[in-house]
Amino acid sequence: MKLRFVLNGESVEIEVRPDRRVVDLLREDCGLTGTKECCGSGECGGCTILVDGDCRLSCLMLAAQLHGREVVTIEGLSRDGRLHAVQEAFMEHGAVQCGFCTPGMVLAAVSLLARQPHPSREQIREGLSGNICRCTGYVKIVDAVEAAARKLANGERR
Amino acid sequence: MTLRHGPLEIGCPVPRVDAAAKVTGEEKYAIDHTPENMLWAGVRRAGVPHGRLRTVHVEEARVLPGVLCVLTASDVPGTNRQGIVHKDQPVLAVDRVRHCGDPVALVLAEDRETLAKALALVAPDIEPLPSVHSPEEALRPDAPAIHDSGNVLLRAVIEKGDAGGAFGECDAVVEETFEVPFQEHAFLETQNGIAHREADGKLVMTVSTQAPFRDRFEIAHALGLDPFSIRIISPYLGGGFGGKDGATVQCLLALAAMHAGGRPVRMTWEREESFIAGYKRHAVKMHYRVGAKRDGTLHALECDLYYDTGAYAHLGAEVMELGMEHAGGPYRIPNVRVKGWCVYTNNPIAGAMRGFGVCQTAFAVESVMDMLAAKLNLDPLEFRRKNALRRGDENCAGVTMVHSTGIGACLETLGRHPLWLERRAWKRAAPPFKRRGVGLAAVFNAMGYGRGLPDSAIARLELTSDGRIRIYCGVSDMGQGNSAAFVQIAGEILCQDASRLELILPDTDRTHPSGSSSAGRTTYTFGNALVQACNTLKEKLFHRTALVLMLDEEKGLALLPGRVRHLPSGREASFELLARMLPEADRASVGQFIMPVAHDVPDTGKEFAIGFPHVFFAYAAHLARVEVDELTGRIEVTGYLAVTDGGKVINPQGFEQQVHGSVAQGLGYALTEQLLLDRGTILNAGFADYILPTALDVPEIISVAAETFEHTGPFGMKGIGEVGTNGPLPAVANAVNDALGRRLTRSPLTASRVLRAMEEGPAQPVT
Repeated sequence: MKLRFVLNGESVEIEVRPDRRVVDLLREDCGLTGTKECCGSGECGGCTILVDGDCRLSCLMLAAQLHGREVVTIEGLSRDGRLHAVQEAFMEHGAVQCGFCTPGMVLAAVSLLARQPHPSREQIREGLSGNICRCTGYVKIVDAVEAAARKLANGERR
Repeated sequence: MTLRHGPLEIGCPVPRVDAAAKVTGEEKYAIDHTPENMLWAGVRRAGVPHGRLRTVHVEEARVLPGVLCVLTASDVPGTNRQGIVHKDQPVLAVDRVRHCGDPVALVLAEDRETLAKALALVAPDIEPLPSVHSPEEALRPDAPAIHDSGNVLLRAVIEKGDAGGAFGECDAVVEETFEVPFQEHAFLETQNGIAHREADGKLVMTVSTQAPFRDRFEIAHALGLDPFSIRIISPYLGGGFGGKDGATVQCLLALAAMHAGGRPVRMTWEREESFIAGYKRHAVKMHYRVGAKRDGTLHALECDLYYDTGAYAHLGAEVMELGMEHAGGPYRIPNVRVKGWCVYTNNPIAGAMRGFGVCQTAFAVESVMDMLAAKLNLDPLEFRRKNALRRGDENCAGVTMVHSTGIGACLETLGRHPLWLERRAWKRAAPPFKRRGVGLAAVFNAMGYGRGLPDSAIARLELTSDGRIRIYCGVSDMGQGNSAAFVQIAGEILCQDASRLELILPDTDRTHPSGSSSAGRTTYTFGNALVQACNTLKEKLFHRTALVLMLDEEKGLALLPGRVRHLPSGREASFELLARMLPEADRASVGQFIMPVAHDVPDTGKEFAIGFPHVFFAYAAHLARVEVDELTGRIEVTGYLAVTDGGKVINPQGFEQQVHGSVAQGLGYALTEQLLLDRGTILNAGFADYILPTALDVPEIISVAAETFEHTGPFGMKGIGEVGTNGPLPAVANAVNDALGRRLTRSPLTASRVLRAMEEGPAQPVT
């Protein structure tokens, strides 16, 4: 099918089989390898993308489901060369180790903060509980999201 | 952004150099390479735990459009054997399958869909054989032999003093049996790689691997190739934890590339396959007996350990070696006898995993220490402090502790922490239907390969033509942050900021052999080599600057960011100028290092080919606060303290990362993680029912450094990647015992086990 959607702010038109998994479409056809596949069954959140602003698991979506939608992957999060406050906070607070969960985790945090701009640590933990990290023990991820929330509340960018 | 600028310094919490490319998704892991014209390779696995492989019907798969070839054992050109120390694992099964994950045929196809179809069409003809699934079954005299050599990979003893006789001299003795299951590494990037063969026959592979230099020899041996005709590139790994140390996809992928006509081939194990074919932490059964004098002085320890190594050796013997060496805990015990059996079964293959055999024995020894303290009516912390190893003591394996030995400092620091001091009030404040407990564990973990295998690294530095410093790093970074530490070390010695430093990740054609990313050795060993390379480069730059500035001598020169300054005159030579002046060969330096070994090798443990004994250890004292639900049996870990002796801390942020992460993995091991097996078939081969800790399951882990100075370490450091994994299971089990008066001896400590324990009479050991 001819698939039309907005990808990281740009309209795209791609000839693709409608049943192609979105994670494969993004990684292999569009070359956006920042979206990771870790379990292939919707258990770990590694392949998280934003579809119309909401968190979605790209390993459980088929290409046709993107038609007419607005998709943001990790590559589309920074604007004009400036990182998103969540990305900066992840770097600064040591929330990145192997980094394989990081794109999904960052997008889940962005989506959480859009819904809940002032979350408690417990709410952050709940909001990220669909994303597995095997390296960090989550403490520094929670620190980072807390710090990003503060920054965003102070009006420092998105 | 408030990142620090200016020259990097040791001891500062510098954000990792790899973080930027990882938060933007730019970092390319092995799995992110999908070039044009790429083929897909995959294997058909046995699906039965033990059997005679009569034949493999490949005809139907072979004729499927889009299939390039289907290969079986007869297509493997070399020895068809892989294994880090014991080469007992076939690349493709010959006439026997020994576990469900044994590969019987390799398929190359144009795309993933065709590959999946073809794999389903491959039909192995397997005559089932009786199988064994525990060391107990495998050691029966009438058990079917899994290998020609039998079912015992290694039987070994570590002893000192007279353990048998010494129990008679003890005032209190406790005895218990413990059991722990297989644990999955569950790194998020599954085993994978991409390979192609160049026109001159060179095999180029980009693999998610912890040991790129060793991989060449592994592949060459298995496939009959020249090891130096193989180039392995090792980008950042999406996690490893030991599970990517040794051949995963390597030999299969190389074989596929040999049949791909120069086209690139990708092999990626999906999550289920990663469970079925990947290496595990050993399941172990442990029988312990330990005795002390009335005043709490430990006097004797005896234990029998049965390690289930699964179908193939991998590093089974070495894993057991480390477990045995640590079986007595970080204590002074004069009479010790540790016996170990590392046994083949038809279970999935067990191998290296963070904590490397020690996680298991730490559970047993730290549980019996609490039991013994209780029997002697002693405070568990005081009891541990009294017996904790000090420098100059002999450890339970008979080695004199001549290096930094901070377990005493860890225990003291823990004893001053509010989580310990306020424990009684906290326990009394338990809400209705909840019971609270606080538990301790004192743990340690050796650093390095041990005797018999030089633990070495070679670091190379280069002043680039544009005046930057390039670090050629020969040891993989699986996420632990060693690369960042290397940049920090170079920045400190050479007075450079991060923007002046570049890092080349391991590539067997560009970097020098520096061993595996494992054994808590990575930053210590490569770091030491790097310190040397930095000092050599510094000396060289001073000498060449003296030439440029026409100085009588090198005195008064200092490195500054991007330049060398003559301090007395203020005159400078920029790196760019020096780079232009010097021929390429002169713009480099090399440093090398071999880790020191124990010099008083005790007269025991003779069975170990390599590894025994070790002389450097990281230490930790852990505390867990738990709340147990009386109605459901659920354990919640509400607080956790880890005090760690890793020598001096190079980067507090990186240090905390390692501690937090290892504790979280240890808590998973303590509470939920276990491979459920039914006669060798994994029942929970996915994240839906193999339960990993999420952000809701891990408490706010508090990490405190109890710094010692390891005089052989770069800037006084020791590796701490593993020690943190060993504490949580015993600390939580001891806390549960503190809450309920019931001792759980089988892990994970699930709600159903807790409930069963609560139903039984008090002080009854529960299994």
